[in-house]
Amino acid sequence: MGRRIINRRPGKGSALFWGALPFLAVLVLYVVFSALRLAENPGDKLLPAFSTIADTVHRLAFTADARSGNVLLWTDTAASLTRLGLGLLLSTALGLILGIGTGLIPYVRAGLSPFIAVLSLIPPMAILPILFIVFGLDELSKVVLIVIGIAPFLVRDLALRVEAIPAELVIKAQTLGAGTWQIITRLVLPTVWPKLLDAVRLSLGPAWLFLISAEAIAAQDGLGYRIFLVRRYLAMDVILPYVTWITLLAFCMDWALRAMNRRLCPWLARGAS
Amino acid sequence: MSRVSIDNLWMEYGDQVVLERICLDIPSGEFCAMVGPSGCGKTTLLRLLLSMEQPTRGGIRIDGQPLAAEPRPDRGVVFQRYSAYPHLTVQENVVLGLEFARAPLLGKLWGAKKRQALDEVRHVIDAVGLDQARDKYPAELSGGMQQRLSIAQALVRKPRILLMDEPFGALDPGTKAQMHDLVRALWRAERMTVFMVTHDIKEGFDLSTRVLAFDKVRHDPDAPQAYGATITLNLPLDDKPERAEILNQAQAPPGSERGAAEGLGH
Repeated sequence: MGRRIINRRPGKGSALFWGALPFLAVLVLYVVFSALRLAENPGDKLLPAFSTIADTVHRLAFTADARSGNVLLWTDTAASLTRLGLGLLLSTALGLILGIGTGLIPYVRAGLSPFIAVLSLIPPMAILPILFIVFGLDELSKVVLIVIGIAPFLVRDLALRVEAIPAELVIKAQTLGAGTWQIITRLVLPTVWPKLLDAVRLSLGPAWLFLISAEAIAAQDGLGYRIFLVRRYLAMDVILPYVTWITLLAFCMDWALRAMNRRLCPWLARGAS
Repeated sequence: MSRVSIDNLWMEYGDQVVLERICLDIPSGEFCAMVGPSGCGKTTLLRLLLSMEQPTRGGIRIDGQPLAAEPRPDRGVVFQRYSAYPHLTVQENVVLGLEFARAPLLGKLWGAKKRQALDEVRHVIDAVGLDQARDKYPAELSGGMQQRLSIAQALVRKPRILLMDEPFGALDPGTKAQMHDLVRALWRAERMTVFMVTHDIKEGFDLSTRVLAFDKVRHDPDAPQAYGATITLNLPLDDKPERAEILNQAQAPPGSERGAAEGLGH
């Protein structure tokens, strides 16, 4: 008994139970309050019953929309994931190229680092109107918003990671005859690659934020578009499953990036930091 | 051949003088131990020999030629820490030097060329006793094995000068003794000129053929940074048999050293 609480650890099953508890609590709270509200007013839209939600999900995910002939959930998902994927891909490429450039090459650092520092302080949402004016209302402006939103962070994070590579390792590579390009391919890239994937994982949240904001303001499809479209009808039976779906997608992307890290960087599992 | 001459070298950071009036003439093949209290510029001189920094005054020459302004394969290095690449296995770490030389574009060899390069470095890995650990990552090795790896890695490009910054400072006494035997054998086989910074004076005298002691000789109590350290003792250990050999070689006509300079790889 005598042990301090900081030294008492849950076992495997117990950890699972404690992990599931908050989810169950939210679920129970929802069911209770939904039932209470529906008992008072069967037409209540704020906390729809699970049966209503199931009907809506069936309509959205498995039947074609009467007006457009598309199955809405999948069209929306495809549109959003395309924008998000393009935005993340471009940002990652920029982060890699500019991050390694500013982190490794003094002249690039001198030229770009103050500019990127200032750029990263511009609130991306504040220049969204400019993006709409310059890039039009379709796909490009949404992708650009994501890039502007997360690329500066990725560039700065990567630059710091490159600068944190011990000078000894860079010097040693030079004494082994490596040129700048070889140092990048054999030392810098493998070292920062896992950190880049981690940085992208951390950027997933902001990337979704910018995507949904852009879709809410101007789009014809997309997960964010749908949520903001049905908001005016108070259609919580659509919004709640959509939000759950977005969360699930984000979780899967995070998990996939982590798995990729483990697969591509076997030395991390074998004691290297 | 790699005779190292240093002529009245000064190193200053702002108004702080770190090294002053350093003059040295080291015959090719000598093993120099650099000893002295902390902060006396031993590592600074090593960094200058490596071209990590440029001296404020004076210069370093190898066989009469001024030192290149950046690190080159003619000078190998073994640091105390961060010695090997954590993302490469032992044999990949060692073969890296050959890959840099043979694959200018990506610095990586594949297929038959890679296998051939791995074959070529096999005896170096064996020589430092890492043959059982070929496929391990540095993080899986003990401190002594990591330093062996670092030495093997540095030797692949056959440097004329080997620079070591407290290479055995973090090792236990038993491992240290093993490493001394290893380094002595490799130094004789490769005929390199070696500079080793050490805090362990006994280690310095055991291994080297010349001891260089660093200390400050001038003090200004009002401005402690005004004077730097210099070499207070430049002691050739003439009782060492290796030293006689080194001097003989230094005097021999140029053609006759070919065989001796071939070293470990042949």
